[in-house]
Amino acid sequence: MPKDIPVRRVVITGLGVVSCVGSGLDRFFDGLFGEAPVGYRYVTDFDPLDYLDPKEARQTDRFAQFSVASAKMALDDAGELGIDPSRVGVIYATGVGGLETLQEQITNLAEKGDRRVSPRLVPMMMSNAGAAAISMRFGFRGPCETVVTACASGTHAIGNALRLIQYGRCDAVVTGGAEAGMTGVGDRQAVGIVAFSNMTALSTEGTSRPFDSRRDGFVIAEGAAALILEEYEHAKARGAHIYAELIGAASTADAYHITAPAPGGIGAISCMELALEDAGITPADVTHINGHGTSTPLNDLAESQAIIHVFGEKTPPVTSIKGITGHSLGAAGAIEAVCVALTIERGLIPPTVGCEEQDPEITIDVVTGGPRTFTPGPVLSNSFGFGGHNGCIVIAPLND
Amino acid sequence: MADDATLEKFKACAVEVLQVPAEKVTLEARFSEDLDADSLDLVEFVMALEEAFDISVEESELEGVTTIGQAYDLVTNKL
Repeated sequence: MPKDIPVRRVVITGLGVVSCVGSGLDRFFDGLFGEAPVGYRYVTDFDPLDYLDPKEARQTDRFAQFSVASAKMALDDAGELGIDPSRVGVIYATGVGGLETLQEQITNLAEKGDRRVSPRLVPMMMSNAGAAAISMRFGFRGPCETVVTACASGTHAIGNALRLIQYGRCDAVVTGGAEAGMTGVGDRQAVGIVAFSNMTALSTEGTSRPFDSRRDGFVIAEGAAALILEEYEHAKARGAHIYAELIGAASTADAYHITAPAPGGIGAISCMELALEDAGITPADVTHINGHGTSTPLNDLAESQAIIHVFGEKTPPVTSIKGITGHSLGAAGAIEAVCVALTIERGLIPPTVGCEEQDPEITIDVVTGGPRTFTPGPVLSNSFGFGGHNGCIVIAPLND
Repeated sequence: MADDATLEKFKACAVEVLQVPAEKVTLEARFSEDLDADSLDLVEFVMALEEAFDISVEESELEGVTTIGQAYDLVTNKL
């Protein structure tokens, strides 16, 4: 951002998470230190009726149910905002939207004909259904938009939300992302899982091993996370609990290939460099990197090369929680941002579960074998999506 | 033909689609005012009835249908 434009500071005052390792902040963070299970990562502790009435739940796809749940948790965590609802935005991501609803209704069309396709199909499956559900549920009337950039969606949403507060359009924004495309119809698997499997993106063993020489693909997951971003002076004045400050963000494109990262991670390099510049810091200031680390052969190598390019051979400690959370696509960046806020608050970097034999070609400092304590400073979080979308955000302890 | 079993089956569709307690599904109940059902709910409800009773209801037949009783008559007249 041009240095001559005055911008307002933005802090994180609420967090919510729906995750396969446990929902709610403590269960989630504790869950990051567990043993990685084998296979697809479903959320098993979620009941939509905790967040929606029965009729709403029936008319809301699982991804949008997750969206509302994560927002409710984050808003409860933030406490009473005391902000005009027309100045509260919702910038909330998903990779795909209501894929389960789409599959179910296409099945109805094929098996039973036109008259059995639900009139709710469009409002349930559309990618913006999650953001819309949050806005309606809580009455926020500021900008309400959905960012769709595959696996970078959650991170891009947070970056876009940051700007709305920095430039004065909003005083608070509910941001984050949700994904739930793993439930099939009848005896048919979810079309999303089948598609990722056929493109050989998924681990054949169902084991996520970011940065490990044996990694053979990602493990698909569902989940959601929400963050309440708030203008700093307002948060301070109301005595809000401030987890951390969101000090920078960036977005770039590879312009190279629809699924493969650009060789050497050049898109990722430019994105990381721009994020640091936006935050007004240098690589030496970064104390930790929460990597994209999907456990695919191509991503992890390209990401490592990009990090080395930006930070030199001696990198900050890097972790990928996807070793235990799996990859929740459009939700991943948001879940990892929640992780970063908690990492900073607790001074503890979660390990890269599943990385036991680090790939010799990957020479970054991967946190393995257990958590690592650190003195929290600025933390970079990376997300890279199919389509060549790169997203980075920088979160730092509040320094005032 | 209309009998208790038909009425029960009809009510079950309403309970499932409209997510209302069975006791609220009376013949006098109005979709909008009493059952909080909007136009899409009505379309879904009719689809469920078509499926349950193996009948076909044209959109034009729904004009003026505002109560459970009217919908019930529409269905039973086709059985």
